[in-house]
Amino acid sequence: MSAIALALHDIHKRFGAAHALTGASCVVKTGTVHALLGENGAGKTTLMRVAFGMLQPDRGAIERDGQVLRVASERDAIAAGIGMVHQHFMLVPAFTVAENAALGGRGAFDANRAAALVRRISEETGLPLDPQATVASLPVGAQQRAEIVRALAQEARVMILDEPTAVLTPGESEELYAWMRRFVATGGSVVLITHKVREALAVADDITVLRRGKTVLTGPSRDLSEESVIQAIIGEAPAAATGVPLAATDAEVVFALEGVTYDDASGIRRLKPTTLTVRRGEILGVLGVEGSGQRELLRLLAGRLTPSSGTVRRPPVVGFVPEDRLLDAVIPEFTLTENKLLAEASALRGLISWRAESEAAASIMVENDVRATDANAEMRTLSGGNQQRFVVGRERRLAPDALVAENPTRGLDVQATSRVMAALRAVALEHGGAVIVHSADLDEILALTTRVLVCFAGEVREIAPPTTPGDRGPYARALVGAFA
Amino acid sequence: MEAFVAFWDGAAGSSYAFWSATLVRATPLLLVGLAVAVAFRAGVLNIGAEGQLILGAIAASGVALAFPTLPALALIPSMIAAGAVAGAMWAGIAAWLRHRFGVLEVISTIMLNFVAAALVSWVVRGPLQEPTKVYPMSVSFSEAARWPFLLDGQRTHLGLLLGVLAAVLMWFVLTQTAGGFRVRAVGAGAAAAESAGGVDARRLTWRVFLVSGALAGLAGASEVGGVTWALYEGISPGYGYTAIAVALLARLDPRFVVLTAVFFGALEAGGASMQRNAGVPAVTVQIITASLLLAVLAFARWRAQRGVDA
Repeated sequence: MSAIALALHDIHKRFGAAHALTGASCVVKTGTVHALLGENGAGKTTLMRVAFGMLQPDRGAIERDGQVLRVASERDAIAAGIGMVHQHFMLVPAFTVAENAALGGRGAFDANRAAALVRRISEETGLPLDPQATVASLPVGAQQRAEIVRALAQEARVMILDEPTAVLTPGESEELYAWMRRFVATGGSVVLITHKVREALAVADDITVLRRGKTVLTGPSRDLSEESVIQAIIGEAPAAATGVPLAATDAEVVFALEGVTYDDASGIRRLKPTTLTVRRGEILGVLGVEGSGQRELLRLLAGRLTPSSGTVRRPPVVGFVPEDRLLDAVIPEFTLTENKLLAEASALRGLISWRAESEAAASIMVENDVRATDANAEMRTLSGGNQQRFVVGRERRLAPDALVAENPTRGLDVQATSRVMAALRAVALEHGGAVIVHSADLDEILALTTRVLVCFAGEVREIAPPTTPGDRGPYARALVGAFA
Repeated sequence: MEAFVAFWDGAAGSSYAFWSATLVRATPLLLVGLAVAVAFRAGVLNIGAEGQLILGAIAASGVALAFPTLPALALIPSMIAAGAVAGAMWAGIAAWLRHRFGVLEVISTIMLNFVAAALVSWVVRGPLQEPTKVYPMSVSFSEAARWPFLLDGQRTHLGLLLGVLAAVLMWFVLTQTAGGFRVRAVGAGAAAAESAGGVDARRLTWRVFLVSGALAGLAGASEVGGVTWALYEGISPGYGYTAIAVALLARLDPRFVVLTAVFFGALEAGGASMQRNAGVPAVTVQIITASLLLAVLAFARWRAQRGVDA
């Protein structure tokens, strides 16, 4: 057995014009836990997808146990003893744990053998699992164990875990760490993709930090300080453009949360007790890596979720711009007029005056600079930017004083992004409404908002404006769990 | 050539052929076509119109046979109501299974079709069998239970009028009213209707399922009341399935369902005539129908995709 379990050398990967990886390297020693750190979009998941054969690199080499490895597909990676547990699980929900573990095997399926295999792995690894349980009926933590057991059933010796603790309770996370230690003690290796610096330093033997697709730091964790790792993650970037930080105002309170928590269907606390007020004229930015609680916070504010405890005070009608525009905000086959009406669908009574509705849709188009032939154009014929401006315009019209927007610039080009942001700014600064916006892009949030919250593992903290205007540091630190 | 002449003669060659053969066959296709169209519009894949039609026929026959002495003015509306309610209840079983246990309605409604077919077999050999107990059918209805013809000397009956009214009403509701807009929104994008519009899609699909079943049940009442005047085992030669083609060919637009129902009625009438007079099997017509439907669906799909690319 070689001392190097898995090595990726100088990997480059481009998606169209976007350079996802520009010289990323990562060397995982046999019998160690290796943490792969970086901001949102730094290329952590992309690099590991290359290792797992899901993506083909444009350049670079992969080694496994000292041998050059060619992985044209997941099948090759699995054959080479590599397993990956994705952030979004890849199990068949209607199958039992045993059936899922047997997937990808060859020859006849033997239910008893599959169950015995799961039971044996479960005993050996100390990952408790009922082989006969249907995956859909299992809590998230158990589904994750099923993913790991499946990879072990395929004889994985290098296990890649993508943000595994994002879905776990603290107790479950401890159990996962304990399993990782046992697994590496038997000669296995673990790659832990995470954005949590403290977690990485506590459980990993080695650390690699990616920034903008490039490896910027690598070394044994005992030789690295928390500060040096954070610096490597954040990097030194020119100061960001900032919005107008407001001194505390005494304007009317529009939203008020009082000790609000949210537990999901499997009982996992997604949002820890949060108290918060948003006043007229404020644009509140919410930052957070996926699964940190920002989605729940926004939907509680928008009235799309009911809190598990605490009280939410909000206006009766809140404009809401959901993240998935084509699924949750509009019906692509409907005309603009029909999509305008869609937002009022539940309150609508009696006959529809199509002429008046069409005129209203046309005025949304004019006010928000939506380019389309006319209000009878189908939504799907519009560009993404025009669609989003229409949605923002529609929601503003419905609720001029309260707007919640979830990643409103996702998938839009630079110009479209700036116009959507201008529309959001107008709601607060020109009409005196309260706006709450989440974006994955830190610079976008800093440029747009007057106050900033950061969500980390379900905890919500307000970040005071830094002494040097445009300094990303405090925000970037908070995103990786290093609250000031 | 001979076959085409026979086809034309049977479907539209004379006023009798058109009014009494084509339109009589078009009537159930129209009602059931509307039932399928409204369900599909809301994203409810009700394949069970056949079974709902049979239940409607059983219920309407039951009423007709139980109260033979009632005057037509009371009896016929009762048959209509009984047929619609029975069809809605049969559809309600599938709706309940979907919402309570997550059973796909495509499966449950097809299964319920077989149950309905077995049920009518039993009814015409048991409770509603004619008194000599020889034939698997009921006695003929009283005069009062026979639905009026629309024209003297022709066999087109009240059911056609109901079908046309239902089509107009459905078109109006779907395009001009708030409730109809919600139905279309849930069918075209349930997630957006719920998230952006706050529509309760679950409750809405429940209701649409019942309306769809009621229309199919009404078709069953119309068949026994307007055509056969008795309950038979083979009361429907697969109207519930043909109606799916009727609705799809009309692209789920109630106005066009009227046209496609007449078109399919003509195909069936002409096909029967072709088999009688020219010896060409009526199956030929079914082959043509199926090819046509596939061509139309493929064309619609192609157009939709081109629209996105443009």
